[in-house]
Amino acid sequence: MGFLDIDNVTKSYGAVEVLHRVDISVEEGEFLVLVGPSGCGKSTLLNMIAGLEGITSGEIKIKDRVVNGVHPSKRNIAMVFQSYALYPNMTVGQNITFGLEMHGVPKPERDKAMKEVAALLQIENLLDRKPGQLSGGQRQRVAMGRALVRNPDVFLFDEPLSNLDAKLRVDMRTEIKKLHQKLGTTIVYVTHDQIEAMTLSTRIAVMYDGNVQQLGTPKEIYDSPANLFVATFMGSPAMNVLPTRLVERNGALHAILTGSDGSERALRIENAPAAYAAYRDRPVTLGIRPEAITDPEGADRNARNIQPLANVVGVTEPAGSDTFVTMTLSGKDCIARMRADADVHPGQSFDFAVNMDKAVLFDPETEERII
Amino acid sequence: MAVASTENAVRSSSVARAFVYLFLLLFALFYLLPFGIMLINSLKPLEEITGGGMVALPQNWTIEPWLSAWSTAQIGVQPTGLRPYFINSIMMAVPAVILSTVVGALNGYVLTKWRFRGDTLIFGLLLFSCFIPFQIVLIPMARVLGILQIAGTTPGLILVHFVYGIGFTTLYFRNYYAAFPTELVRAAQIDGAGFFQIFWRIMLPSSGPIIAVSFIWQFTNIWNDFLFGASFASGGSAPMTVALNNLVNSSTGVREYNVHFAGAIMAAAPTLLVYIVAGRYFVRGLMAGSVKG
Amino acid sequence: MAATDGFSASGSDFRTRLQNWLPKIVLAPSFAIMVIFVYGFIAFTIYLSFTDSRMLPSYEWVGWQNYDRLFRIRQWDTSVVNLAIFASLYIVISTIIGLMLAIFLDQKIRGEGVLRPIFLYPMALSFIVTGTAWKWMLDPAIGLEATMRLWGWESFSFGWIKDGDMAIYTIVIAAVWQSSGFVMAMFLAGLRGIDNEILKAAQMDGASNWNLYRRIILPQLRPAFLSAFVILSHLAIKSYDLVVAMTDGGPGTSTWMPAVFMYEYTFTRNQMGIGASSAVIMLMTIAAIMVPYLYAELREKK
Repeated sequence: MGFLDIDNVTKSYGAVEVLHRVDISVEEGEFLVLVGPSGCGKSTLLNMIAGLEGITSGEIKIKDRVVNGVHPSKRNIAMVFQSYALYPNMTVGQNITFGLEMHGVPKPERDKAMKEVAALLQIENLLDRKPGQLSGGQRQRVAMGRALVRNPDVFLFDEPLSNLDAKLRVDMRTEIKKLHQKLGTTIVYVTHDQIEAMTLSTRIAVMYDGNVQQLGTPKEIYDSPANLFVATFMGSPAMNVLPTRLVERNGALHAILTGSDGSERALRIENAPAAYAAYRDRPVTLGIRPEAITDPEGADRNARNIQPLANVVGVTEPAGSDTFVTMTLSGKDCIARMRADADVHPGQSFDFAVNMDKAVLFDPETEERII
Repeated sequence: MAVASTENAVRSSSVARAFVYLFLLLFALFYLLPFGIMLINSLKPLEEITGGGMVALPQNWTIEPWLSAWSTAQIGVQPTGLRPYFINSIMMAVPAVILSTVVGALNGYVLTKWRFRGDTLIFGLLLFSCFIPFQIVLIPMARVLGILQIAGTTPGLILVHFVYGIGFTTLYFRNYYAAFPTELVRAAQIDGAGFFQIFWRIMLPSSGPIIAVSFIWQFTNIWNDFLFGASFASGGSAPMTVALNNLVNSSTGVREYNVHFAGAIMAAAPTLLVYIVAGRYFVRGLMAGSVKG
Repeated sequence: MAATDGFSASGSDFRTRLQNWLPKIVLAPSFAIMVIFVYGFIAFTIYLSFTDSRMLPSYEWVGWQNYDRLFRIRQWDTSVVNLAIFASLYIVISTIIGLMLAIFLDQKIRGEGVLRPIFLYPMALSFIVTGTAWKWMLDPAIGLEATMRLWGWESFSFGWIKDGDMAIYTIVIAAVWQSSGFVMAMFLAGLRGIDNEILKAAQMDGASNWNLYRRIILPQLRPAFLSAFVILSHLAIKSYDLVVAMTDGGPGTSTWMPAVFMYEYTFTRNQMGIGASSAVIMLMTIAAIMVPYLYAELREKK
């Protein structure tokens, strides 16, 4: 039993089922991020938790109370919307206390709560303004203030940062994280931005096509993606996905890749899970993150299995903090992440260092990770 | 109205521009002339019209025709002037405008923010009702007004205008509220506001412009209506348009053109005033009625 | 997208369930009014058109007899022919004038803010007022003809309004005066909505002003043309007030139109069955224009 339980929940519009048997249990104080491309069902699920959309089957429980059919205002939840949804005709102060007013809280108490929240979010000087006079970041704070003042069991965030410019988004992200650490509230947060998901969450549910593809901590999701979709959706630049073949040489399994010159490269796999054996001499899909392919000086010193890989450099993209190299491996583009001052040039043959500890293998048929 | 002008895009020679100005000015004259002639001739004695042509300015300015049209001219059988009928029209238009706007606002709110299966069909049926020729409802309406015992009365006309105004007011508010962010309604629901609280506290405070459009459109339509007035109001309860027509087209006695013109301007004054004061909203109403969003 | 799609009724408390029903409760009276006063009344009138109702409704079924008789009545013939003349001239002339005014006003005209309201104000007037003004202006005894003769053009003659063959055209003049400004407003809105960059690109391509309008701008005004056509034809079919005010259907019955015919037969000549059948034909004509238009408009929005 968690704090917020989503038990076997489905959602259909007419004959079309858009959410298939979702099962998530959220503990008190957790920060759960629902992430996925648009149309994956993440916002629908959030709206169902909020009570803004009906539940076709299954149950949603908040603090062990089934809330199916309970009016949104009686679930003790608060929501921050993508557009902030600030009431344009009310001042910031009225916006923040509207919910309390609707719940019959007397004015002195409302004012006290408003002052506390305003102090917490540093918006005391904005209380008499109208939303139209605020900047994007200020609106964002007011929207959070409106949620906080209710002191709800669960906070719901629906893509709250997607209307902000890049710099402000990073600042507000930090601020939300701080707020969560300070108040220890339970949060369900929807985004399509995998960086937000990674940075904010204590757990992530990656959704696609109405299914939860994987539920886990950011590290689990990143290092051990359950399938090819999760592997390529999370992380930027995306994980390299290369067709390969497993062969046994000198008593160890090797992944065989084709270099840009057409000859083979063998990368040794250590501590291979038992399941790999079944794929010996069969085609598999190798997944390896760009940061696991580097120049030898930039390789992770704690890694136990660094394999050399000679290949021709295709394109170099200096990004300031790093330099990205694109090369061709097994007929696919493969991106490597080098130190900023690594000495690489297009057309040059270069000795890359591949951290095979970080490599994962997928079944090319099912696209599931082989474990 | 202007979204993007064709600034710098279309160029023309100065001869062409002179022609354009000439054309526009001639048409401005064409549109202004009838009203100007009514105004001039409403301020002259009758002999100057019958003997001196219409275009000349009055030699003896007089407001006598206005006084006559307002309070003593023969309308039907009574020499009451147009005054009581002007009051009839106000008594009819004001409640009908308010009622149809209130109902239209609520309908628009439901049809955009509380959608349900079949709502588009209901809206389509309402919309079509804006465009029926009212001849198709005249006979049964006369019967129903008779049964309700409000035939030939102002309340009867209020009912008629209210009933056939709902379609248009619903159209206005629906199109307006369709662009109103639904997230605000959701936020208010989570805050605990009910159906009417959301309407009253969230929707209405942002509805000023569309309320103006609805008021103006309904007022203009109802004030200017003739068919319902002629069909369902009798004698002393007739609205202004019917009374004016009786004044102008009565076949008895001397034709007092100057009085007719004064009366016509009186009948035009309220809607013209609305147009001058709030023309922007008037045009918006016209457009919404033609290009359905 | 709806704010909520409701909750399952079971398990909800009373207030929540009431909240779910409120929208429908609020819409219900309007729905009932519409069903009775619009569609019920239409059905009733259609029914009457198949009965031998005279001064009062009767329920004696006579089949297609009223329609049969309707098409043999000379005044109905006159009305339909008049409507055809009136509607086609009214629509074509209003559209041409409206389009010209809109294009000319769109040339960065000084004083546009003064001219536009002048072109449009007749739309705010009642047709009875418009009719009164034009009735006397075109009256040979005091109006245009009298003025021209007074100014020395002794042979000038303009007596259309008293001439049974020509009176219908005077109604066209008054109607065009009233509505062409409205058409102008529609076209102007359309012109202002055209992307300026397209026009600049066309000029770079070397299009002359004439070609610019003919090939680029007018085709983009298609929706405005369609709206103007629909609205004007709808107004034409319904036109009653203007005829009554200007000519009262005369001289004789020479300016009758279907709307006048319906009123006269139903309420003055006590031939309710015939009147009802003429109203039904009017409705069908308007429906043939409006239904496809509204259907397309509603579908586009979905």
